[in-house]
Formats: sequence, structure tokens, C-alpha cells
Amino acid sequence: MPTARSSVPHTAPSSAAIARQAEGAIVLDGVDKWYGTVHVLKSVSLSVSNGEKVVVCGPSGSGKSTLIRCINGLERHQNGRISVEGVEVVDRTLRQIRREVGMVFQSFNLFPHLTILQNCMLAPMESRKLSREEARDRSIEYLSRVHISEQADKYPAQLSGGQQQRAAIARALCMQPRIMLFDEPTSALDPEMISEVLDTMMELAASGMTMVCVTHEMGFAQKVADRVVFMDEGAIAEVGPPDQLFNSPSSERLALFLRRILSH
Amino acid sequence: MLIGIAIGTIGGIVLTSLLPGLRQVVRTYVTTIRGIPVLVQIVFWYNGLSALTNGAVNLPAYFAGILALGINEGAYMTEIVRAGIQSVDRGQREASQALSLSYVSMMRSVILPQAVRIAIPPTGNQVINLIKNTSLLFAIAIPEIFATGTNLFSMNFKYFEVIAVVAIWYLILAFGYGLIQRALERHFGRGRIGLFGSGAT
Ligand SMILES: Nc1ncnc2c1ncn2[C@@H]1O[C@H](COP(=O)(O)OP(=O)(O)OP(=O)(O)O)[C@@H](O)[C@H]1O
Ligand SMILES: [Mg+2]
Repeated sequence: MPTARSSVPHTAPSSAAIARQAEGAIVLDGVDKWYGTVHVLKSVSLSVSNGEKVVVCGPSGSGKSTLIRCINGLERHQNGRISVEGVEVVDRTLRQIRREVGMVFQSFNLFPHLTILQNCMLAPMESRKLSREEARDRSIEYLSRVHISEQADKYPAQLSGGQQQRAAIARALCMQPRIMLFDEPTSALDPEMISEVLDTMMELAASGMTMVCVTHEMGFAQKVADRVVFMDEGAIAEVGPPDQLFNSPSSERLALFLRRILSH
Repeated sequence: MLIGIAIGTIGGIVLTSLLPGLRQVVRTYVTTIRGIPVLVQIVFWYNGLSALTNGAVNLPAYFAGILALGINEGAYMTEIVRAGIQSVDRGQREASQALSLSYVSMMRSVILPQAVRIAIPPTGNQVINLIKNTSLLFAIAIPEIFATGTNLFSMNFKYFEVIAVVAIWYLILAFGYGLIQRALERHFGRGRIGLFGSGAT
């Protein structure tokens, strides 16, 4: 990778690097989150190792978005501990952590006044201090990787939903994060555009990226996920490999949920 | 006007920020200034201030005039900028933060360019109001358009002709600004597809 990371050289792993390895990419330990008096995350613990793909599913309002938004500090938790690559999520470390954690939103959230290329170049220039040329080269590289390099000079409003979401994925990748978070990336898309975004995500998964995806695309989960997390009422109700969870759900809640989403 | 826009931009950012102390100061400023007639403010900066300080502070007429109008505009601009910033979707803030942008980068590159688009039409009203408010400066003996006009007709008694010329001058200024505004709207509206049809707005 072209960017110099200020981490340890790989010939002599420091104790911090070893701790990071042992701790996993993302660790949540007894995390609680309230909105006012509403308890939305109830003592959630979860550990995601490097390169792992975790799919989070569950009924609406169960706290899936809140969970992944706590990982990059878009929502702040009140109890417990969250750490990303061994660095605890606190005010002071937010920007550092967000450099290594990309996020893709349900509603794309592209910057409408900038072209697709400018959308991609902004953060590498501002947060990684790349020169304009480096940022441009890198943006074009990732835009081709998600197969929309020919749209680089258009504005977001001129693209289809599927293209916009792929542009948003490219924008996040331009920061060269080691972890990617997805919050229902295909829920705002028409059926024929869902597959193009899922294909992009599968290519990304194959590249070894650590991924946490909130999605109800069970086919995607089946193919890509190492583990599926089922959330219910703010707590993790079940965790396991996709086959196990989908084929032999151990709780009635999960069985009911699966019947409901599969009947669509 | 530039003073007004500068004050307004800072004020608007403060009002949408998480600085409770400063926010209160700005809110008081806006309420006070908007509650006092412009003419009273002009006279205050020119005559009132010098009376208040026993002549220690005695602003030259031009300076007092610009200051009074600038501070007055600033209060209205603060509200306009605030409305512009608040109209920006919160997803824009979240995406900026998720990309690790600093607060300054986010405001400069993402939020303000979008806020400005919303703020341009009401700012246009303000500019034109300001142009017309300069006519109040005759109260502190600044030879602006209207004062020059009244001087003229007090000599030649051609009321209609002189007033017509004065009005035309104001119109020309307002029209000139209208052209500038159109260009600004085009610039800050880039990337947007019009409400009706795909043409530029
Ligand atoms: N900003 C907020 N203020 C107050 N309550 C909130 C806020 N955001 C979410 N909630 C509440 O927190 C709970 C969990 O919300 P969350 O968005 O995490 O659910 P979700 O599992 O992502 O649901 P969905 O599938 O509908 O996206 C819900 O009950 C929701 O009403
Ligand atoms: Mg959600």
C-alpha cells in the first residue's frame, strides 16, 4: 500500500502489535447505549477478528444501526468498552479510528455538490494528507475497482442508486481502511441494482477486508459471512455460522424473524 | 455588506455549534439588533456613542455608517446562515465524520457549500435592503445617493426628475446585484437536478 502507516515494522512485532492481534479487529465488551431513557444496546459483547466477515441482522429497531455506529463513534456508548485494533473508542481517538474504519450508509450520503471523483478525493487529501495527484490516482483506481470509473466526472444526482452506492463504497475505500462497516447498503435500492452492490461487496470480502454488514440479504450472508449475529431488542440473541443460524435457529424469535424475511 | 456576511457566517456557525456560552451571546446580539430600527442604530454609532463616552470615541461619519449597517446586516445574515446550515442533511455530517474529516474540513468542504446554496436568495434580499438602507445615512450627513438628490432638488426644485434619477440609481444597483446572484446560484447549485425537469435552475 502506498501510504506509510506509522505502525510497527513487521519484522519485530511490538507488544502493542501482539495485543492488537490477540484482541481482534473490533472488540465490544459489555456495551450499553441509551437514547434518553430508551435502552437500545444492552450489555453487548462481540469480538471480530482480522479479516472476518460478520453479518448483523434482526428486526427493525433492534439496535443494529446503533451497534455499528458505536464502532466508529458516530453514536457514543455510555457503558462498557469498545476498541478497534486495540485502540479504545474515546473522544480523543475518534479521528484516528475513523481513518482505519470505512462506513457505507443506507442512504449513500454522497456529497451532492461534488463530482464522484471529488467525493473520493476529499478525505484522502484532508485526512491522509495526500497530494491532489495521489488522491486522484487512488480515486480512479478504486472507482475502476467498483466499475464506475467512467462516471467519475458526474455529480451524484446523475447516477443510478446502485452506481451511487458503489461510488460511496469507493469513497470509503480511498481512505484504505482496514475495516468496513455497512448499514443496510442495499435497502434503498431497486432489486436489479441490489446485485451490483452485493457483487462489489463480495469482491471486497474476497480481498481480505474485515467487514461488519447490517443486511437482510440472506444469500449474501450465506456466501460471505463467517458469522451471523442476530440482534433482538438491543441484545445479541444468537451468534453463529450462517448455516447453523439459518437452518437450525435455536430460538423461536429467530425462527419467526427468518420466516418473515424469507416470505418477502 | 461584506462585514454583514462575515459576521453572519461566524454567527451562523456558532449558533449551530455546540458552544452554549457563545451561542447565547450570538442569540442576544441577533435579538437586540433586529429589535432596533436601523435609523436609530446609525444615529447611535455616530452621535450616541460619542455622547455616551463624553466625546472620547467619536467615529467619523463614513465609519459609523458602515459599522452600523454592517452590524445590522450581520444579525439578519446570522439567521440566514443558520437556516442554511440546518437545512443540510445530517447524513452529510455523518459521512464526513466517518471519513475522519476534521470539523473545519467538514464545514469548509461539505456543509457550508451546501448551506450557501440555500442562503443565497435570502441574502439577495438582504443585499438589496442594504443598498436601500444606505439612504438612511443622510441622517448623519453622508452624501449617499438620496442625500445628493435632495440637495439637488432643494436647489432646482425639479422634484420629479431628481427623485426619478435617484430611484433609477437604486434600481441599477439592485439589478446589477441580481445578475451577480444568478451567477452565484448557478455556481452553488452545481450537481443539482432542478425540481421541475433536469435543466439548471
Ligand atoms: N437518535 C435517536 N434518538 C432516539 N431514539 C433513537 C435514535 N436512533 C435510534 N433510536 C431508537 O433506538 C432503537 C434502535 O434503533 P436502530 O436504528 O439501531 O435500529 P435498527 O435495528 O437499525 O432498525 P432498522 O432495521 O429499522 O434500521 C430504536 O428503538 C429507535 O427508535
Ligand atoms: Mg438501521
